[in-house]
Amino acid sequence: MSTAAAVVMPPRAGLIGTISDYFWRRPEIFVLLLLAPPLLWLGVIYVGSLIALLVQSFFAIDEFSGMVDRSQLTLKTYGELLRPQNLDIILRTVAMAAAVTLASAVIAFPIAYAAARYLKGKWKALFYLGVMLPLWASYLVKIYAWKLILAREGILNWVFENLRLTWLLDAWLSLPVIGGNSLSISYTGTFIVFVYVWMPYMILPTQAALERVPTTLVDAASDLGASPLQTFWRVIFPLALPGIIAGSIFTFSLTLGDYIIPQIIGTSHFFIGQAVYAHQGTAGNIPLAAAFSIVPIAIMGVYLWLAKRAGAFDAL
Amino acid sequence: MRSDGTAAMPLRLKIAAGAGLTFMLAPLALIFLYAFSTEERTYQWPPPGLTLKWFGAAFERPDVWQALTLSVQVASISTLIALALGTLCAAAVSGSKFFGREAISLLVILPIALPGIITGIALRSAFNLADIPFSFWTIVLGHATFCVVVVYNNAVARFRRLHGSLVEAAMDLGADGFQTFRHVILPNIGTALLAGGMLAFALSFDEVIVTTFTAGQQQTLPIWMLEELVRPRQRPVTNVVAMAVVLVTFIPILAAYYFTRAGAEIAGTGK
Amino acid sequence: MNPAVRFAAVSRHFGAVRALDDITLDIAPGEFFALLGPSGSGKTTCLRLVAGFEQPTSGEIAIFGEQVAGVPPYRRSVNTVFQDYALFPHMNVAQNVAFPLLLKKLPRAERDRRTKEALALVKLAGYGERRPGQLSGGQRQRVALARATISRPKVLLLDEPLGALDLKLREQMQEELKALQKALGITFVFVTHDQGEALSMADRVAVFNEGRIMQVGTPAEIYTRPVSRFVADFVGSSNVLSPEFVGAVTGRRNWASLRPEAIRLVPAASGKGVVSGVVVSRSYLGAATRIAVDVRGTRIHAVVPASETAPEEGSHVGLAFSTDAFHFMEGEE
Repeated sequence: MSTAAAVVMPPRAGLIGTISDYFWRRPEIFVLLLLAPPLLWLGVIYVGSLIALLVQSFFAIDEFSGMVDRSQLTLKTYGELLRPQNLDIILRTVAMAAAVTLASAVIAFPIAYAAARYLKGKWKALFYLGVMLPLWASYLVKIYAWKLILAREGILNWVFENLRLTWLLDAWLSLPVIGGNSLSISYTGTFIVFVYVWMPYMILPTQAALERVPTTLVDAASDLGASPLQTFWRVIFPLALPGIIAGSIFTFSLTLGDYIIPQIIGTSHFFIGQAVYAHQGTAGNIPLAAAFSIVPIAIMGVYLWLAKRAGAFDAL
Repeated sequence: MRSDGTAAMPLRLKIAAGAGLTFMLAPLALIFLYAFSTEERTYQWPPPGLTLKWFGAAFERPDVWQALTLSVQVASISTLIALALGTLCAAAVSGSKFFGREAISLLVILPIALPGIITGIALRSAFNLADIPFSFWTIVLGHATFCVVVVYNNAVARFRRLHGSLVEAAMDLGADGFQTFRHVILPNIGTALLAGGMLAFALSFDEVIVTTFTAGQQQTLPIWMLEELVRPRQRPVTNVVAMAVVLVTFIPILAAYYFTRAGAEIAGTGK
Repeated sequence: MNPAVRFAAVSRHFGAVRALDDITLDIAPGEFFALLGPSGSGKTTCLRLVAGFEQPTSGEIAIFGEQVAGVPPYRRSVNTVFQDYALFPHMNVAQNVAFPLLLKKLPRAERDRRTKEALALVKLAGYGERRPGQLSGGQRQRVALARATISRPKVLLLDEPLGALDLKLREQMQEELKALQKALGITFVFVTHDQGEALSMADRVAVFNEGRIMQVGTPAEIYTRPVSRFVADFVGSSNVLSPEFVGAVTGRRNWASLRPEAIRLVPAASGKGVVSGVVVSRSYLGAATRIAVDVRGTRIHAVVPASETAPEEGSHVGLAFSTDAFHFMEGEE
């Protein structure tokens, strides 16, 4: 055994060696260097403009000049939100979000349940692709697809005609609120498209949660005397609930903020997203636009807090 | 949770699940069909005839090509930026424990968690304030901002699977920081970065909401599509483009899925 | 001649926690040295200080006479075999083993040659193309060994080397590790919480407890002459006897340890120098039977070789020993 070679070897030649050694001695500096660019970008640019937006909601439009009065902070613009037509917009959007969430949960559940409980191997992979494809297919293409389907001359009407069920469709369309002139100009149409577009976001967390329910629990329940229905309601469903709630966060939040779907398939009545878009556009009423955009954030804040208490975040 | 083959799927469940999945996939299939329809003025069903001529027509529309090119350019550059920033963030967050780690995770996810319209407005007003004219780069800036989280999530998940002892082992055997990164860290997170990058590309390629706020006069493909939805010019061409878009976004998704699965098998170390 | 590793008054604090407290230790060149102790005793911290993953809060560490404070691990001629082996999953076995040589930028031909040598030395010739995921635990360890020794480091560190192996494999690896060390001539330092391992493999052992070294010595010294109750308890199956008992038997009130093998079983109440008690348990060990005898409330373990008949549970026996079988632990009151 020779001691000819040194125990401590010299650092690599040149700058690289010095830098290596320096960062090893001072790892905090390295971390700082790593984080500085992204933090600068996100923290300064993005969050900065969010705060700017928030601040804007505390300004108000001077009625006479039509300009934004930046001299003082006021709650006047928020007060505007309570005006009947604005309140309408908010309630309309929230109601739609709730309906969409409920429907998505109901439709998604069997799919998620089948996938978690029964599908294996290649069927499982097929399921994933079957959900991934709509999930990642272009948002606009999906809306476009429904424009085709719901059109007067489109497939849906054709099906109803051929099944001689047109009277059913007309009856539905003549219902107040949810009916309309045609499917594509009605809340029903908007509703269908919303449900379709957000469905994958509901399926995936639900399926993940269901998959995490250990078979041993199900076996234990039936071993202790529970019928399949009881096992379902008392064991499986409560454990799947966090997943459903996680999915509902997506569907609710996405519906609250969307302005394109109601514009393309729906009545002329505004949703929150459209109101924001309109007010910040040519109307130039940024404060009101900002105030409107705070509404979904606030609602989701409460929703998320409630969801966290229900344990939904473990399911993500 | 599996039923361990004790019971096959009950029929009602089969029907419900099957109906659900059909609901999901049928509309997309329909688009593919419409792309071949000969009908040109309406969305008539059933299609009076089938033809390939609209593919040619779409091929010749200059605005389609312009929009497509812009989308590809924006997506590419945004992805590169997102890769760099996302990996940096993920490396920092996974490597050491420091206060504010949670805050960073929240910060990164914010652009995609908030409604697109809010991100759009926020960025637009930021650009206005700084007097930056809307251009290619404002679009890229917007896209990169919400693409970071996609890369970040993939990278963090992979860093988490990377045993810390690997880095120590490399250094112990004589690799300094750079060599460790090049020989040990990079190969192990490579596929995760690839997956994240592809997802980011797809996300950027498809994005419309934030883009409408950050673009000037330019049209990315989704913006083009939006125009067509509101004011249809040549419906059949729109059908063709729609079908093409579905195909183009599906491929990176498939690849990313494959890569994250494959990565799971390679990553097993130690015991 | 410089010691291979020298700790001089080394302490390592993490805030209020003292992982190591004033450690002074010399490890001789070519030794097979064990750091033994329960978890949290500081033995692993010691190892990491030598490797370079941690820096001492105070004190000095020298390897073959050279101070290593502030020197990063990649500049030390010290390699480690990690507890989970830490094989690079994206490389095959040969690439793993050749990694240190790759970093030194040795030419391909020489890397290949030395890799083959290294693999042959750990009896894994021909396994070069396999991937870590395809190997068994024992094979992975050999790869880790080959990888850590291929560049002929001055000191080789092993972190709980045999912990993950089953009994048969463990015994086999113990022999192979000793043989490997003799063949390479490198100083081996290993960390373990298993006293059996330490005693059977090491030339000398340092027993750690709560950041301090309790005793340093050869396995025989540690086993037969533990300086404190902790060492006696931790190492070997010696009986640790209270001053009352020892005083009653030998006349000298002191904590003492007594090896089970030093006790002879005789019929109860045979007279002077014999202590009687009741057998409360017996365990069949194959080569011997271990019995526990209750003597006036103190439980004493004795060992009966297979050639004799071990007494039944509940029977009265006498325990005979010579007084110098007791090792008085001066360190304890």
